[in-house]
Amino acid sequence: MRSPTSSLHRPAKPVDQSILEENRKLVERVERRGFLRGAMSLGALTLLTGCDVTNKDGVQSVLRAMSAWNDRVQAFIFSPTRLAREYPASMVMRPPRWNAFYGREMVKDIDPSTWKLELAGMIGDKRPWALRDIHALPEVTQRTRHVCVEGWDYIGEWTGVPLKLFLERIGADMTAKYVGFKCIDGYSGSIDMASALHPQTQLTTKYGGEVLHKDFGFPIRLRVATKLGFKSPKQIVAMEVTNSYPGGYWENRRYNWFSGI
Amino acid sequence: MATMSLPVEQRVRKIQPLTIRITHWVNALAMFIMIGSGWRIFNDSPLFPFIFDPDFTLGGDVYVSQRLWQDSGMGGALQWHFAGMWLLVLNGLVYFVYNLATGRFAMKLLPVTVNGLVDDIRDALTLKLSHADLGVYNHVQKLLYIGVLALGVLVVLSGLAIWKPVQLWWLTDLFYGFQGARWVHFLCMSGFVLFLIVHLTLAILVPRTILSMITGNAPPAHAANQKE
Repeated sequence: MRSPTSSLHRPAKPVDQSILEENRKLVERVERRGFLRGAMSLGALTLLTGCDVTNKDGVQSVLRAMSAWNDRVQAFIFSPTRLAREYPASMVMRPPRWNAFYGREMVKDIDPSTWKLELAGMIGDKRPWALRDIHALPEVTQRTRHVCVEGWDYIGEWTGVPLKLFLERIGADMTAKYVGFKCIDGYSGSIDMASALHPQTQLTTKYGGEVLHKDFGFPIRLRVATKLGFKSPKQIVAMEVTNSYPGGYWENRRYNWFSGI
Repeated sequence: MATMSLPVEQRVRKIQPLTIRITHWVNALAMFIMIGSGWRIFNDSPLFPFIFDPDFTLGGDVYVSQRLWQDSGMGGALQWHFAGMWLLVLNGLVYFVYNLATGRFAMKLLPVTVNGLVDDIRDALTLKLSHADLGVYNHVQKLLYIGVLALGVLVVLSGLAIWKPVQLWWLTDLFYGFQGARWVHFLCMSGFVLFLIVHLTLAILVPRTILSMITGNAPPAHAANQKE
């Protein structure tokens, strides 16, 4: 077996096969639960999706196809020039609302002197970026509404370099389909190029006029005003421009990929 | 059917055209999907301190989702909701276009008058309300059906406002913002659930209404009574 070269864009270890055995038990459990529940209307249909752990289920493949269709519809609805509404400074929430897929005490510390933004994919100049070089780029500030997929929202103030400007600076191929991001905590995400080039999409370094707190993405995070909050990864360590679908943490857990608002 | 042996003049007539019957049952399925998945989506960020029992929500097994993905089951619920919305809206469009084009709305649901409502409520309370002709709605029924159709329009508009508060900002503004749209969306759902309780109760009390929504036929009351 050849050993692949190390890359931030490749899993560090092969897929854990033990999960297959675990799933088998889960499916059996699901079916037992089903008999108990009997004709309990909503519960009965839930079982159909419970089987999706096998990835063979017809219902699940229909739902995935519909989600892909919704990606296309949203790309069509998306206007590259329509701006998200801006709000007065008095409405900005300080500090913002925190959210992640783990507890707040587990947020990682990053040493700004050694941190680098790695670049990969269809990019002319792939040299990694130090934080001070990113800080030296022109900044814009936006006060826009952050909308979480869960249903809550707040007004925030984000400052950073427009992603479009950064993509130009590094000689990225703007005809590529996706821009993908990887984070220090294992989180990842990707957006379509049209949204990446939107004027309100930025690599954020400040919130509310102050350097980002690590809980909210230090040293840099993405801010996409035209997408749900989970599409704006925090504590980014690598960026990739690519034509092959990069997926993302929640996207791989059945959340809709485009998630435009 | 038993009615086939009856003389021609006593045979049933169609009161529910095929289009109505199909859209009715497709809508029933769509409502089931949207309410079931909507409840789980609601649970992720409740508007007030209350959540729906996860076992009565739609979107795959919550416990499997937690173990596999450390997810509350929201991912599956969103998939159902955003797939079901197409079923609801496309089916609803067929229903509205059909009813408007054939003039069936006006024929079935109008007029509704205050006097008619008072009379029908009095008759209902004194158990004198007639169910002889399933093809004719009383005033209370008309009002309820008009109300639930209006809710149908409102639930789709508020849903779009929640889905696209930037692209469709004017629609979101109409609902007093993102959270306003969420409340309207939730209240529409509550209205549907209340309607369903009444709708299903009455259908069970007069079971030939269920039969007529399947076959389209309005069996003569006396023939139907023999079967009940």
